[in-house]
Amino acid sequence: MPHIPLEEHLPGITGLLEYKKDTAEPIRKLTQFLLRGPSTLTAGERELIATVVSNGNECTFCTNAHTAAADKLLGECDTSQAVKKNIATAPVSEKMKALLTIASQVQKSGKAVTAQSIQKAKEEGATDIEIHDTVLIAALFALYNRYVDGLSTVAPADPAFYKGLAERISKGYMRLPQGYDHLKK
Amino acid sequence: MAHIQVTEGIPGIRSLVMFRPESGQYLYELAQVLLRGDSPLSEAERELIAAYVSSRNECMFCMSSHAAAARYLFKDKKHVVDIVLDDYQSAPISNKLKALLTIAGKVQINGKNVLPQDVEEARKHGAGDRDIHDTVLIAATFSMFNRYVDGLASFTPTDPKAYEEMGVRMGENGYVLPTKS
Repeated sequence: MPHIPLEEHLPGITGLLEYKKDTAEPIRKLTQFLLRGPSTLTAGERELIATVVSNGNECTFCTNAHTAAADKLLGECDTSQAVKKNIATAPVSEKMKALLTIASQVQKSGKAVTAQSIQKAKEEGATDIEIHDTVLIAALFALYNRYVDGLSTVAPADPAFYKGLAERISKGYMRLPQGYDHLKK
Repeated sequence: MAHIQVTEGIPGIRSLVMFRPESGQYLYELAQVLLRGDSPLSEAERELIAAYVSSRNECMFCMSSHAAAARYLFKDKKHVVDIVLDDYQSAPISNKLKALLTIAGKVQINGKNVLPQDVEEARKHGAGDRDIHDTVLIAATFSMFNRYVDGLASFTPTDPKAYEEMGVRMGENGYVLPTKS
């Protein structure tokens, strides 16, 4: 049960973003820009960064949501599973392996990012903006994972829930113009 | 030296948001509404939570700047800031704020570490839903800022005077996106 009263039809992050909309707005805009905005990384690749960090923080809701979003955007379910098990052997480019390694270091602490891991990413062709965005996406999920679990929000057990959520967030992270009352059962 | 090509000599997060203002604008908007907007917690208390979380993450830039902002905002009670950063249980602050700092410290490690009894303890000392919500979101937000600032190895000044000036600016003007000028 959540530590504060939240709308029961909005599990996970959505109930929190509806609870306090003035802080939700910059969080949503930041997420929309970083994960869906113009980038040399695909939206699917950026969802893999979110997935690896959420998995590292053992945040069930975020891991399931962003795994489902990555699967939807990549059109297959193998890569997201592979990056959660072992970045080094996952079927992604060497550049993505280097960026996912940086993200998993950020998950532990900003100080855990090594000059070698940055150097490796640059050798594999990562630009400064790609490195910047990788670190900020990983840092943003350090926020989300703690917000979602720190207030003990509900993580639905039904995989169908996350498929539905992935349909929505694959299109974007901004608040729906009509709100979320249509999700009430 | 920073891991990416930011402007030399600009400290901490300022150098990063000047490098990427497209994301920086939302980071500053979030800091402003969370630390200066409507809340049952005072601005000084919110800066104290930010400094405390940054201290636990050993993020020198964020810890020093938000401690300076907290000292500025606590005015004649500014001595509490350093006592809290050293050992908040012994600080001359309310039991409610102590209980909220306990929650913030747990969020810093992992959200799952916050237990119903931690929330119960805060409520026993008068914390409401919004106190608890804002504490968790401030702690989570600084888990982000600290990682951003240190993950890109941004410049961390060592002169305490530099932070004192930042603290005054943050206390007086809040969070305004810096621009190249």
